[in-house]
Amino acid sequence: MNSIDATIAEKGLMSSEMGSERTLYPYVTGTSVIGIKYKDGILMAADMGGSYGSTLRYKSVERLKPIGKHSLIGASGEISDFQEILRYLDELILYDNMWDDGNSLGPKEVHNYLTRVMYNRRNKFNPLWNSLVLGGVKNGQKYLGTVSMIGVHFEDNHIATGFGNHLARPILRKEWHENLSFEDGVKLLEKCMRVLLYRDRSAVNKLQIAKITEEGVTISQPYSLKTFWGFSAFQNPTKGAEGSW
Amino acid sequence: MFRNHTTWSPAGRLFQVEYAMEAVKQGSAAIGLRSKTHAVLASVNKANSELSSHQKKIFKIDDHIGIAIAGLTADGRVLSRYLRSECINYSFTYESPLPVGRLVVQLADKAQVCTQRSWKRPYGVGLLVAGLDESGAHLYYNCPSGNYFEYQAFAIGSRSQAAKTYLERKFETFMDSSREELIKDALFAIKETLQGEKLTNSICTVAVVGVGEPFHVMDQKTVQEVIDSLEITEERADQGAAMQEDRSPETAPMDI
Repeated sequence: MNSIDATIAEKGLMSSEMGSERTLYPYVTGTSVIGIKYKDGILMAADMGGSYGSTLRYKSVERLKPIGKHSLIGASGEISDFQEILRYLDELILYDNMWDDGNSLGPKEVHNYLTRVMYNRRNKFNPLWNSLVLGGVKNGQKYLGTVSMIGVHFEDNHIATGFGNHLARPILRKEWHENLSFEDGVKLLEKCMRVLLYRDRSAVNKLQIAKITEEGVTISQPYSLKTFWGFSAFQNPTKGAEGSW
Repeated sequence: MFRNHTTWSPAGRLFQVEYAMEAVKQGSAAIGLRSKTHAVLASVNKANSELSSHQKKIFKIDDHIGIAIAGLTADGRVLSRYLRSECINYSFTYESPLPVGRLVVQLADKAQVCTQRSWKRPYGVGLLVAGLDESGAHLYYNCPSGNYFEYQAFAIGSRSQAAKTYLERKFETFMDSSREELIKDALFAIKETLQGEKLTNSICTVAVVGVGEPFHVMDQKTVQEVIDSLEITEERADQGAAMQEDRSPETAPMDI
């Protein structure tokens, strides 16, 4: 009796004639994205790594993209799903522009649209395996929010995804304040990214910082952070442990 | 036979569409006007008899949009259900109010479909859509032909020409009017369509939407207070005119 029910359920919900066609696990993934509100708008940082499991395979993946006139999106998680989301957003913005009527979708609207998409996919047991950060400025109002692969969404003054939740958030909670200047904002982001670089195994030392203000979006050229490994504990690491290497 | 579907006449006209616009002209009057920050709708309520209640002509579509209709009220009811549905779907997806201009275009496209299918008839109702969005307060008129226009002030329905004449004289002041002035002007325009009949709160309905003020129908007591203040100003002006020179009592209504 039970086995019959299970097969019916599988046939209907979780598989098709050809076998299962839903996302089971991610393959090529991006790691943390960090976003903060500052004086003139939003700053976001993400590295350019695409990991294939434990291999740091792709090192020029752009994980920050502008959306329309007023928004910026950053994604961690499955890169192919992020590309799919970019296509959805492209179509959304296209239709918005085709109205040609002086109204435009702001970051709040894009964030909520994405929330609906992510949540609906989760309900079908076929999620887009991403954690997204959505930031922007419209009519002087700054907006920064996040959506996860299960549709959990909220806004805040500073956002982090993935490992950033554990490593960057404490730093942001302590050091973020209203009306950061651009330089201070970048310094704060770099501080968080450096910690992630040291401690997150899927981080690569090539990152971009994106800024969005009322004037528009700027995404920096990729650059690297300076790191320091000259700690005395790293000299002669095997001292006192005979036979180690 | 071909007068019964929406097909072309030899003279290049769509009779069904024109007849539908005729139906709008037969309905009781509705007027709308707007300033930079507020939009006001007012309608004349006709009841079939003393025993019945009167037709509902003003509908709230969303917190930021409302409509007033003239013509086949059943068609108006159906369209207001469509408009409410569009607004609520947009709000759900985008957590933001639907811009008035976009709603109006969607409505116009829906009306146009009925002018191009032989098995459909045009909606027999004209709608004054008043709403507020990021770019300020708006007033649009949607007609059965599928056309729509934005207006500073407009009047539709029977004897609307009298109201339009009044509005044409005063429309340049509306953009900067206060909310109270707008309401007064709306009621005055309604008075014009009544042509002699006494204006009381039982034969008219007024609704407002504006910055910080969701769309709502004003309660009858407040409406009566505004009507009373209109008459006081009128009496004073009349007395003033009478005291000045020999003027006929049928002077044009003075500017309030």
